[in-house]
Amino acid sequence: MNARPPARPGGRAARIAQIARGGGLAARSAAAAAGRLLALLAGDREAERAVPPTGFTARLTVFTAAAMAFLAVFALALSLATGRLADRWGAELARTATLRLSAPEAQMAQSVERALRILSQTPGVASSRALTPEEGRALLEPWFGPDLPLESLPVPRLVEITLAEDGFDAAGLRARLGAEVPGAVLDDHTRWRAPLVAAADRLRSLGLLALGLIAASTAAMITLAAQAALAANAQVIRVLRLVGAQDIYIARAFVRRFTLRAAWGALGGTAAGMIAVALMPAADTAGGFLTGLGFVGWSWLAPLAIPPLAALVGFAATRAAALATLRALP
Amino acid sequence: MIELRNAGMAYGGRRLFAGIDLSLAPGAFHFLTGPSGAGKTTLLKLCYADLRATEGEVLLWGRDARAMSRDEVALARRRIGVVHQDCQFLDHLPLAENVLLPLTVSGRRAEGEAHLADLLAWVGLSARAASLPPELSGGERQRAALARAVITAPDVVVADEPTGNIDWEMSQRLLTLLVELNRMGKAVLVATHDLHLIRAAKAQVSARVLRLRDGSLQAAGADL
Repeated sequence: MNARPPARPGGRAARIAQIARGGGLAARSAAAAAGRLLALLAGDREAERAVPPTGFTARLTVFTAAAMAFLAVFALALSLATGRLADRWGAELARTATLRLSAPEAQMAQSVERALRILSQTPGVASSRALTPEEGRALLEPWFGPDLPLESLPVPRLVEITLAEDGFDAAGLRARLGAEVPGAVLDDHTRWRAPLVAAADRLRSLGLLALGLIAASTAAMITLAAQAALAANAQVIRVLRLVGAQDIYIARAFVRRFTLRAAWGALGGTAAGMIAVALMPAADTAGGFLTGLGFVGWSWLAPLAIPPLAALVGFAATRAAALATLRALP
Repeated sequence: MIELRNAGMAYGGRRLFAGIDLSLAPGAFHFLTGPSGAGKTTLLKLCYADLRATEGEVLLWGRDARAMSRDEVALARRRIGVVHQDCQFLDHLPLAENVLLPLTVSGRRAEGEAHLADLLAWVGLSARAASLPPELSGGERQRAALARAVITAPDVVVADEPTGNIDWEMSQRLLTLLVELNRMGKAVLVATHDLHLIRAAKAQVSARVLRLRDGSLQAAGADL
């Protein structure tokens, strides 16, 4: 038998019921993707508080982003430097050609004159000029010293050819020179230029590939960290689901956290990388490859794109990992 | 609102129950009794789509739970206030934050903040608002779970042994609230062994008492 008195209705219970009466429970549609991104950037303090802080994954993500950004700065510097090198080599070598004239001393002047005449008639040749004996001596000076008796040696004369924008028909010119100026050898630098430009282009491609690999590695590391954080918070996720949280709400708490960590880590890594590049020895006059690794002028702004890109990678990786993990839950 | 049609549940080849027909229509008030292990908690979980029926179908506002997307399930759960047997709190958040959680996740937190103090006072937890769940006693946790279940003014209230850890006075307060909600047209389903609670409720509302036993759901006898 129940000896206890029944509860008296009303009072506070009625006030609570009043709360219930006012509650509209219409389901709200999920926000659009753009809205979600804006909401993410704006932040949702309550959503973030729902997930407890995770020290280890936080440190891992910041460190990874910093290290990858540091490497990305160097990969970017490499890519830009090799790009400049390829452009410079390509442009400089493509604009000039050299004609080497070998003839008996008595016929040399005549050969030079004939060659210059042919060159002046050749379409695509902007100008041509025979190097003076002094210039020839200067070229050989590094090997033979300043007192080289050039006049007594059978040294070929060199004609420097400057090409017009459209270039010239090297094969046609070579054939004509062969017929009219015996002993003339035309060097259009193709033999030098092609492998140099190819090497520089390949290095530029490798730099870009390294950037891609760094981005992929960053995404993979952040994905693993996000998955670890999700696994560590399985009970939190279950409670949030039971009280009506949609996956995107739960994911947002993780995504914002990891996006910001990636951005801050990348910012630090980028700054360190830029300082390291700035402290590298300056390029020598010959444009030495290794010493020329760095940024020039406006290209110093290029590394500043790394932190936002890292944040974007963090956002995409965490969002994909979070939603995939949540979908796998009951 | 929530309807079970010939619903059944089997775990690992063992059938827990089958052929369950139950309708939680507006204004319905059901008590669910039965021996331990009969499947009461499982049946409640079917009602808020925490489990999927292995036989028959469970309709939530006309939609088969099995065909609902995860987002649809989440939205449906916002219309169901659940008092879980094991309470299910976020241990790193204070009690007040836990009570507000259903409104927080649905972007309606401000609605609840105005009434939070009243609600906590009503369940006798005003002084514990800043406490973390692990710091609460079993009874306090159960009262907090009750406050969280009703703060959204749900269409359906599902409670799993809500008076298991609370005293008589508090269980009567709980009953009063459930009765008030029921009179407003909310459906109520309470799994309990507390016959006193059932008798007190029957004195106030037209409550059906269902007994889950031997794998089927039957109307309880007049002995209750």
